[in-house]
Amino acid sequence: MTFKIVVCAKQVPDTNEIKIDPVKKTLIREGVPSILNHDDANALEEALKIKDKWPDTHITVVSMGPPQAKDLLIECLAMGADEAVLASDRALGGSDTWATSNALAAAIDKLGGYDLIFAGRQAIDGDTAQVGPQMAEKLGIPQVTYVKEFEIDDDKKSITVKRALEDGYELIKIKTPCMLTAIKELNTPRYMSIGGIYEAVSAEIPVWGAAELGVDPDKEVGLDASPTNVYRSFTPVPKGQGVMIEGDSERDIADKLIVSLKSKHVI
Amino acid sequence: MDFQLTKEQEFVRKMVREFAVNEVEPIAADVDKEHRFPEENVKKMGELGLLGIPFPKEWGGAGGDNLSYAITVEELSRMCASTGVICSAHTSLCAWPIYAYGTEEQKKQYLPDLLTGKKLGAFGLTEPNAGTDAGGQQTKAEDKGDHWLLNGAKVFITNGGYADVFVVMAMTDKSKRTRGISAFIVEKGFEGFSIGKTEDKMGICGSSTTELVFQNCKVPKENILSDIGAGFKVAMSTLDGGRIGIASQALGIAQGAFDVTLDYMKARRQFGRRLSDMDPLRFEMADLKTRIDASRLLIYRAASLKDAHLPYGPESAMAKYFAGETAMHVTTKCVQFHGGYGYTKDYPVERMMRDAKITEIYEGTSEAQKLVIAASVFGK
Repeated sequence: MTFKIVVCAKQVPDTNEIKIDPVKKTLIREGVPSILNHDDANALEEALKIKDKWPDTHITVVSMGPPQAKDLLIECLAMGADEAVLASDRALGGSDTWATSNALAAAIDKLGGYDLIFAGRQAIDGDTAQVGPQMAEKLGIPQVTYVKEFEIDDDKKSITVKRALEDGYELIKIKTPCMLTAIKELNTPRYMSIGGIYEAVSAEIPVWGAAELGVDPDKEVGLDASPTNVYRSFTPVPKGQGVMIEGDSERDIADKLIVSLKSKHVI
Repeated sequence: MDFQLTKEQEFVRKMVREFAVNEVEPIAADVDKEHRFPEENVKKMGELGLLGIPFPKEWGGAGGDNLSYAITVEELSRMCASTGVICSAHTSLCAWPIYAYGTEEQKKQYLPDLLTGKKLGAFGLTEPNAGTDAGGQQTKAEDKGDHWLLNGAKVFITNGGYADVFVVMAMTDKSKRTRGISAFIVEKGFEGFSIGKTEDKMGICGSSTTELVFQNCKVPKENILSDIGAGFKVAMSTLDGGRIGIASQALGIAQGAFDVTLDYMKARRQFGRRLSDMDPLRFEMADLKTRIDASRLLIYRAASLKDAHLPYGPESAMAKYFAGETAMHVTTKCVQFHGGYGYTKDYPVERMMRDAKITEIYEGTSEAQKLVIAASVFGK
């Protein structure tokens, strides 16, 4: 039986090139290239590795975003995904994580059946790490976040994962269908292939709006339905540069540290 | 006239740039220093479809076009000109003539492996006494009934030491001069075929440039490519396309040198100012930028003409002539703008300047390009 995987991916501004408007204090999006969110690329790569091992695997990538997010889905197809769907509608604009997970859960429901949902841990623009877990709750399936190692049983009914903690990991066995979020330690994403690019650009990518998703713009998705709002954004004042203290011995380093702290009247 | 790249071409650039930045650039200086053929990257390029771009999928190609191929060589060469020419010689000079002139059987036998990079290709035309005067071939091919017998030697063969399949020119009838030249598909391991000396070059040190030696080399009867006596035509039309590849390599070298110099100018301070704030240097960079872009437009036009199945010989000669001269000019200037640092191997512009020189020489010198261009101006 075909093993069905849904990968959730987000188009984000390349944070290496990010600039903040000094007056408005918001991100300058103009001229900043958009990229596939890093953790999502790890999620897709893990799905592709399953497909490499079991060719009878079907990978659908789901994204929510403006129409130009189609480019991100082309990239995912060119990497080897089988199918892609974009949730895009003015009514979805301004959604917070709760509203976004409503829309994505509805999209995944509409796809009809899945064994595994893979998402990235978090997006580099919002850094909330909330959408994946919220989605799993709404779909009523178990979840494991921060997956850094992954092994699927031969019967594909259960998966053993290592969940990264700050000082180690948890070893967890989970039954499918389930939702996992990937971190960069999981793998190294592959490149698009040239042949894949030529197929992906001409592939049909359905765009689903609020009506197709069956979500209510007044209560479930969009700015007005979002229970949280951005109150204010600002650029933190940069702290001074850190200093590395070097010395021949621990005592020598400690001495230098004390001299330095005293000279700054800290102690 | 449409100056916009297609979505496919934009994605090809994005993909190859990522590959070049992550895989090619980190080893470029070592490949140059150690004169090492970057086998690991060539293998990856094959798997990703970079060695079969402008060929249909039915033969194992990526189903792309010649402009995507030009962009690919450009992006690879921005980081490493050796890697760029490996792709160019393989694609333009070996896979292409087999695709364009091969029989169904020849295509079936060679293209799937070549276009997926399982095998690497090379092209043998140049001889010790037949450089720009390619008609003066001395390698002979005799008809021995059930096989061809090749005797002679080729020099300066790109990919020579690592190739599995070679398209080789040889005289089948000396009395007919250029009409007596025929093309053959020769495989590594054919009896009587060996690789001679490996050249120790000024630049593109990661590319393998060797002699090919034929001593009573037996080539199967069916391995003649196109008709008996059609070899010169095969070679000349192959080189028309090859020039797009080498022009793209030159463009990549120039762009790569320009990019690192721009970064250097923004960081380097003299007389209390950044180099990038000094008008004379800004004007120089404006000049280089213009020349680089002019090369790009000439190359993309030639590739687009080829994609449209229109004549593109003089256009590819102009692109190759201008891009080669531009690469040499730009890299020389970029070394100058780096000052003493630019003359050291700590900065990549030194390698780029050495790499650039070959683009004025191989696959037709600048002078040979002018012969082609002049013939289109005055008639032959």
